[in-house]
Amino acid sequence: MTTHGLVVVTAGLGRPSATRLLADRLTEATGRHLAEAGREVEPTVIELRELATDIAGHLVTGFPAPALRRALDAVGNADGLIAVSPVFAASYSGLFKSFFDLLDPTVLTGKPVLIAATGGTPRHSLALEYALRPLFVYLHATVVPTGVFAAADDWGSGASAGTDTLPARIDRAAAQLAALLPAAARPAAPEERVVPFEQQLAALRPD
Amino acid sequence: MQFGIFTVGDVTPDPTTGRTPTEHERIMAMVTIALKAEEVGLDVFATGEHHNPPFVPSSPTTMLGWIAARTERLLLSTATTLITTNDPVKIAEDFAMLQHLAGGRVDLMMGRGNTGPVYPWFGQDIRQGIPLAIENYALLHKLWREGVVDWEGRFRTPLQGFTSTPRPLDGVPPFVWHGSIRSPEIAEQAAFYGDGFFANNIFWPKEHFQRLISLYRERYAHYGHGSAEQAYVGLGGQVFMRKNSQDAVREFRPYFDNAPVYGHGPSLEEFTEQTPLTVGSPQEVIEKTLTFRESFGDYQRQLFLMDHAGLPLKTVLEQLDLLGEEVIPVLREEFAKGRPAGVPGGPTHAARVAAAERAAGDDDRAASAAFGTRA
Repeated sequence: MTTHGLVVVTAGLGRPSATRLLADRLTEATGRHLAEAGREVEPTVIELRELATDIAGHLVTGFPAPALRRALDAVGNADGLIAVSPVFAASYSGLFKSFFDLLDPTVLTGKPVLIAATGGTPRHSLALEYALRPLFVYLHATVVPTGVFAAADDWGSGASAGTDTLPARIDRAAAQLAALLPAAARPAAPEERVVPFEQQLAALRPD
Repeated sequence: MQFGIFTVGDVTPDPTTGRTPTEHERIMAMVTIALKAEEVGLDVFATGEHHNPPFVPSSPTTMLGWIAARTERLLLSTATTLITTNDPVKIAEDFAMLQHLAGGRVDLMMGRGNTGPVYPWFGQDIRQGIPLAIENYALLHKLWREGVVDWEGRFRTPLQGFTSTPRPLDGVPPFVWHGSIRSPEIAEQAAFYGDGFFANNIFWPKEHFQRLISLYRERYAHYGHGSAEQAYVGLGGQVFMRKNSQDAVREFRPYFDNAPVYGHGPSLEEFTEQTPLTVGSPQEVIEKTLTFRESFGDYQRQLFLMDHAGLPLKTVLEQLDLLGEEVIPVLREEFAKGRPAGVPGGPTHAARVAAAERAAGDDDRAASAAFGTRA
């Protein structure tokens, strides 16, 4: 049985938080789809609220405190990512963006990422498409086609014409993420190797 | 082992009074601090190089020349000399001249600089930072070692039949450190040449620098300059002391909280836990500094940052008294204990001249032996 390092980044600020609730539903559904395929998932949840001062500190000093270092490393080493933000002022929250600003811009390359967001009304739902999706496309991630937006009303609504229920959308997105997670365990990150100096010099010789 | 101080040369308001020194006051404070460093028995004074306010030291060899004329023993260095945006020909000339005037008390530390606009101001492209550091240093290295240089590279006008003057004092170029905060390429460069590697570890946790320094040591041995333990490592440090630890914390806190580099970020307590910053009694400074050897191995040079963030000159001079009287003598004694015999001390011109003479002697003997077999 293959296990997957799935990291869940959630930027909800409340306790309890609808953003965390959505993250948990997505994690559970992804695990279910993997289990059906005989695969297992090992989710690691990163609550950005707990790292808020470390994130601000890193922005100012240029280096991460130990807990933030572990969180950034976990994202870097993950096989796949679920990223969930509340919508603030028509976009992801500043805390959510600040965390991804601090991530090495190469570590998400090629990694499957499921994007999701919460908001007061469904009128914010396109924030997924004009804010979260471009952010992860910029980072060269493979973004799952279905993004999941949960407005307050979604937690108490049934299906209506042309719209799936929230659980159905969660299920579809999770199935897509599960399908994108690599079947084989990801090879360990290569040891940081330096280019031998002769090669660095040779690259500079004029033609 | 060599102990000293390095200065960024920032003009920063004193947060406790709101007063900002003039550039002239700051420049004169920097050289007063350098003279004090010699007086209290430190080995090294190093100045930064900057080309934008609020920093004053744009012309390090001018400042170091002034200091050289008024000191006897103090080693004069930089932290850092911008190898990316300075013309390597001018670095070769300026520092060779300074070395003659200072009687061999000069070395220098190469750095890339961290101020984006300096590159375009000096006609360079920041995206070429590492290639500039590599090519420019390769030329500097050659100019100090070859009398007549023909050279062509990517970033500078070619040279045909060029001789950099004055030639290095005693025919031996100044020792060079390569400073880096994050680039393994620079550790590799330092190792390739058998030069020193200075890790300015004052803002970052030690694990990061352990990786860089062990890479440098391993590659130093790979290139055949000696064993990994014999590589030349320098480290930064940052301290504020009073006899009573609580007094140090109380007095330094406003400077910490408003410091240009890390102010308004983590608390003083968090920062002291995560970085080499020590705010406390001389004994605490001694204890923290001694842990550097455990983390990075026996090393050659320890530089402290003492005069930034708007600290008044009077306070800095008091700090240097404490450093010279209570900290450095103990550190010298403790670092000497258990130091393996093969680990070199800090680099000096005299030792480098002696090594060059030994090497030349070996060559002569080898040449005689070769003739002997032919005869």
